[in-house]
Order: sequence, then C-alpha cells, then structure tokens
Amino acid sequence: MKYVDEYRDQELAKTIAGAIATEADSEKSYHFMEFCGGHTHAMFRYGVQDLMPQNVHFVHGPGCPVCVLPICRLDDAVELAERHGVILCTYGDMMRVPGTKHRSLMRAKADGADVRMVYSTLDALKIARENPERQVVFFAIGFETTTPPTAVAIKRAEAEGFKNFSVFCNHVLTPAAISHILESPEVRELGIVKIDGFLGPSHVSSVIGSQPFEFFAEEFQKPVVIAGFEPLDVMQSVLMLIRQVNEDRHEVENEYTRVVTEEGNLKAQALVSAVFELRKTFDWRGLGTVPYSALRIRDAYADFDAEKRFELSVKASREVTSCECPSILRGVKKPTDCKLFGTVCTPQNPIGSCMVSSEGACAAYWTYGRFREPKPLEAAK
Amino acid sequence: MSANDPRLAVTTSSVRGVVDMTHGAGGRAMAELIRDIFQRHLANEFLAQGNDAALLGTVCGRLVMATDAHVISPVFFPGGDIGALAIHGTINDVAMMGARPLWLSASFILEEGFPLAELERIVVSMAFAAREAGVPVVAGDTKVVEKGKGDGVFISTTGVGVLADGTDVSGSNARPGDAILVSGTMGDHGVAILSKRVHLDFETEIISDSQPLHDLVEAMLAAIPGIRVLRDPTRGGLSATLNEIAQQSKVGIVIREAAVPVKPEVAAACELLGLDPLNVANEGKLIVICAAQDAETLLTAIRAHPKGQDAAIIGEVVADQHALVRMKTRLGGMRVVDWIAGEQLPRIC
Repeated sequence: MKYVDEYRDQELAKTIAGAIATEADSEKSYHFMEFCGGHTHAMFRYGVQDLMPQNVHFVHGPGCPVCVLPICRLDDAVELAERHGVILCTYGDMMRVPGTKHRSLMRAKADGADVRMVYSTLDALKIARENPERQVVFFAIGFETTTPPTAVAIKRAEAEGFKNFSVFCNHVLTPAAISHILESPEVRELGIVKIDGFLGPSHVSSVIGSQPFEFFAEEFQKPVVIAGFEPLDVMQSVLMLIRQVNEDRHEVENEYTRVVTEEGNLKAQALVSAVFELRKTFDWRGLGTVPYSALRIRDAYADFDAEKRFELSVKASREVTSCECPSILRGVKKPTDCKLFGTVCTPQNPIGSCMVSSEGACAAYWTYGRFREPKPLEAAK
Repeated sequence: MSANDPRLAVTTSSVRGVVDMTHGAGGRAMAELIRDIFQRHLANEFLAQGNDAALLGTVCGRLVMATDAHVISPVFFPGGDIGALAIHGTINDVAMMGARPLWLSASFILEEGFPLAELERIVVSMAFAAREAGVPVVAGDTKVVEKGKGDGVFISTTGVGVLADGTDVSGSNARPGDAILVSGTMGDHGVAILSKRVHLDFETEIISDSQPLHDLVEAMLAAIPGIRVLRDPTRGGLSATLNEIAQQSKVGIVIREAAVPVKPEVAAACELLGLDPLNVANEGKLIVICAAQDAETLLTAIRAHPKGQDAAIIGEVVADQHALVRMKTRLGGMRVVDWIAGEQLPRIC
C-alpha cells in the first residue's frame, strides 16, 4: 500500500534501531511518555518495543478518548438513550465501556434502547434527517482531532434548521492534560513517574499545530517530539528524543512534518472556536478534575446542546475500586500491575475503559503483548 | 457470483407483492409461494418426490453433517447475496472435514413485508449456486414471522457429505513443525459487506469472495492425502480461526505478517476504518495445515486451482503450552494475534 508500507519497512527499522542502540547511553535510562493511545497501539501492534534497547522505557499516557471519559458522562449517555428515548449515535469504541453497575451502551441497546454506531458526525445528521419525529443525540467524545467534525455537524444542523438533533459534548484538550500530568505530585515531587520527554500527538497536532507544545518544553524543560502514528515515525521520534536528552536540550521538534505544521489547521481551529468554548473544569477518568481541559457548546448554539435540551440526573462517577485505570492513565502503573488485568478484566469482559478501546493501554498489552509477561526478552532474540 | 449476475437473468414468476402471514399459514398462499418460488427454481428429483422428507438412497462411507444459519445485512452485497452465501457456507463447512458434500436442506424465516421479488432473486441465486456446486437442495421449509420480529430473511442450511477412507482432517491434528497455508487473500468478504452497510458510505470496488471450496479441497487431498487441518476463516477472520486451531491442537502458531496475502484495496479500506484484515471475515478461502515436507507440493496444487491462485505459506505450528498465536510483524517485531472482542470497531482518534 503506497504511502503506508514505506513507514513500516523492516530495513529502515533496522537502521533506526541501530542508531538508537548506538546513541542511547547505556549508563542512562530513558523514560518517554507517549501521550496518545494511537502510539501505544502502534508500538504493540508492530512490535516496536522489540527493536528498542533495554534502557528505553515507554510510559503510557492518557491520550485515549474513550479511556479518560468519566463514568458519570457515560451514565448520562445511557440515560439519554433509555430515559429520554433518543436515538443515541456513538462512535463504536464507546459501545462496550461499562458504566455504573456494568451498564454499557451495548447493554442498553440489547435492552431495547436505540443506540446506533456511526462512523462520522454526518452519519448522525443523516439519521436525524431520516427520523424527523425522533430526537437524535450525537455522543461527542475525543481530543482535538474529533472536535472539528462535531463543529461541522452543529453548523450544518443550524444551517438546515434541524429541530431534532443535538450533541452531548465531551470533547477534551490535550495540552491541559499534559500540564496536569507534569504538575502532578507523582511526576513533580514523588518522582514515581519519571518522564524524560514526550512523544507528541500526531493527529491532534495536525489540528492544533506544534506550537502549543512549546510551553512544556520551556516551562517543564522536557523535550517534545511530535510523532506520526506509523512504527517508523515512532522509532525516528524516539531517536530524536534520545538525542535531545543526551545533548541536554528541551525543544519541540516535529518528526511528523508531512502532516503537522507549527500553526496547525487554522480553518479547523476557527470552526472549533466559533462553536465551542472552554469549560471551567472537567472530570477526567484517572486525572480527576482538570481546569480548562474540555469544551462545551457556546450559547449561540444552545439549541444543539443535549445537556441543555435534556435533563440529566447522574451526578458523580462511581469507579470500581480495584480497577487501576486511573493510575494507568497517569502513567503511575502499568496494566500488568492491576490485579484485575487478564483475570476478571479482559476485552471480552472489560471492567475498566482502558481494556475496551483499541487505544487503551490495557487492551494493547492484552491483545498484542501477553506473551511478554513470563519471559520479557523472549521476542527480542 | 451475485444476484445481479447476468447468468441469473431467468424469467421470474408472476409473484408480486410482499410476504404476509398467509404465506406461512399452510393455506393456498403458502402452497403458491412454494410452487412459484422454491420448487420452480430449486427443482430437482428429490424435491419432486413431494413428501415430508427426501429419500436419498444409499451412501458408502463415513457421513459428515454441518449446519449454518445465515443472517446478513445487506442481503445483497457486492459479489454475492444471502442465498448464494447460505449454499457456499454449508458446503464449505462439510468440505473442511475433507468430505465431499452430497445434499443440502434449507429453511427460510421470512419477515412479514419482505418483498417477494427479492425473495425470488435470493432463491434464484441459491439455485444457481447449488447447481454450480453440484450439490442439490433436497429439503426445505418456510416460516413467516410478524413484522419487526425478523430482519427480512434468515436462511438456515444443513449439509451432508461423505468422507473417503483414510482422510483424517481435524482442528486437533496440528503438530509442532507443521506448515500453515492459506488459499488466497484475506478480508475480501468482510470489507465488501462493510462497504455496503447502512450509514457507511464507503465506496470500494471490493467484492465478496463467497464461493464453494469443495472442489479445491478435492484437488488438495489428491495432492496430499495426509492434510491435517482444514478450516475456512469466516467470522473473526484468520485470527479467530488460527486461535481455534491452536487451542484445539494445544499448540502455538507463528505467522509472518509479510506472507499473509491481502489485496491492496482491502488493506487500504481496513487502514482507513481502523480494522485489522486478519480479523475480517472470508467466505471463500481456507486455511490448511500439513507436514512441513508436504508444504511446497500442497502450495503448488492449491495455486494450480482457479480458486487458489494467491495461496501462500504463512507460518508454522510450534510447541507452546499457552497456545498463543503470534505474528512476526513486517517491521521485525513480534506480537500476539488475538481473537477480536465483540465486533471490530473503527477507531476514533
């Protein structure tokens, strides 16, 4: 496949792996947080870790939109579908996430709620158009990548005068989450989580640009390399991070220049700011309450805001106490540190959100990396 | 072959309108439906007997039997339809024992309101598929359910076949050192279906690989009678089927990503949708496991058959108490190939 296979080439991978092995200082250890679940997934799916030296470690970040959504917001979505009887349109990944008392959207659907999986916001609009007598709610989740398409749907719904379409907005912001992690006691004071640099998001950066990450490089003195989602992108970015650490630099570098520019997609940014505004606070699963970390629909578009159109009764999230998703999302624990991992919690029967989404760290460990646990070095031979 | 195939341009009957409850009530409407659609197109000596059961005659050899229920949306898709699929699916299940399929039965559950013209298209396609495969539908039944209690049409087929002496094909026969082959490209059927699903306006030229494989199996057994395992990787795709074999035989499996044949357009569609071609369904491909020394001969035999031109040796069976299926990635790393959990879902980010 053109423009894809080139980024999965074994010979090039060997060359980069060779450079990493040579340049990584064996006296040091390197801990890099990949913010995005997309990177976690790519590393496991292509076996990138097998090509890394022993002293390069990855800390999995919270950049999985499904994983960070607090249970209470999922419960709200279930309530919309069940109590308010709407057609709830959702991206597929959200279907199996267990809410309070293990109640997922898939379970609600099995019990008769009208929950439909869509591939885009425009599919949801189409459903609204075809069902004028029904209320249709789009369950909007995701980071900056999925926000512009939601804005487009709201704009279009307004232009076409939809009376039966609204959005349950849960869009969250990457830079706020990274700040929160870097300011957390685990990273700052306790030193439980060692982070020497970041693999910066790829799709998110195509929208917001590389510029917002300058702040971290400067304020927290951590190198950031914006990395594509293909395995060679990840490897090249690791090499760039190692070089920065070795040279004691902390800059924002862009490996993913074929897509990401410094200023990002200005048109998408304008669209987003026309439709959305910052929430003062938002609850993240794992990170807790994070100030100015999420978006809500502006009053000008209140007609399309499901939170204003429907009365929602759910208040607080009730987490399963033994589930380590919150710690895993902060990089404090690895999936294999969780007692539930692989025992009660598997992709077939997920307890926590990190086991559901393909971008979740637990799902990646389980799906692609299980054989590593008893003999961690087996595959490297 | 699909219901749109010009070869199916037969004169259709005068049946018009939609299925209603009378079509399942045992009266005149039901008799007409059977006569004008089912008997008319599926006609053969067994159905002509007109009794409650078909008299089949004597068979020499061990019998095998398989059954398969078919529910698919949409019922007509690029490269096939539910009718042809119901024939191919059950023939293939019988063939995966190394057996020669002899007879099929078919039951229909029709939802009130289903257009009779579409039902006829489906039956015409079934009849063509059965005739092409040389396996007659010898018995059948129809029931009608109220509107809202079905999804248009469900078809269950059962197949009976006969096994030659000495053939011993089973999912539990794989041994460490054996070679694993596939008969062609993976994921064609699933992507063809996905591209037509409601609300997924994804236009591709990919057509389903739905086809009967008993003739290919016959050619393979002629070349290597000692074939150990045969499976068709339908739902869950290659991943699920390899995991089934690994568990049944209590062995590990290692495949090479670069060796697994996937059409570029299927790979591209999966890439866009965030799916893994290894998890996507096939309806006209098989996995075969044989002793390592037989692998090249078997590969040549499969490739010599029109249904096996893209065949490849994709990996080997290894000893592994955990019965894991692993894959050497294109990049040079190693990963587990797991069953999918629930449905494959497109990615968000």
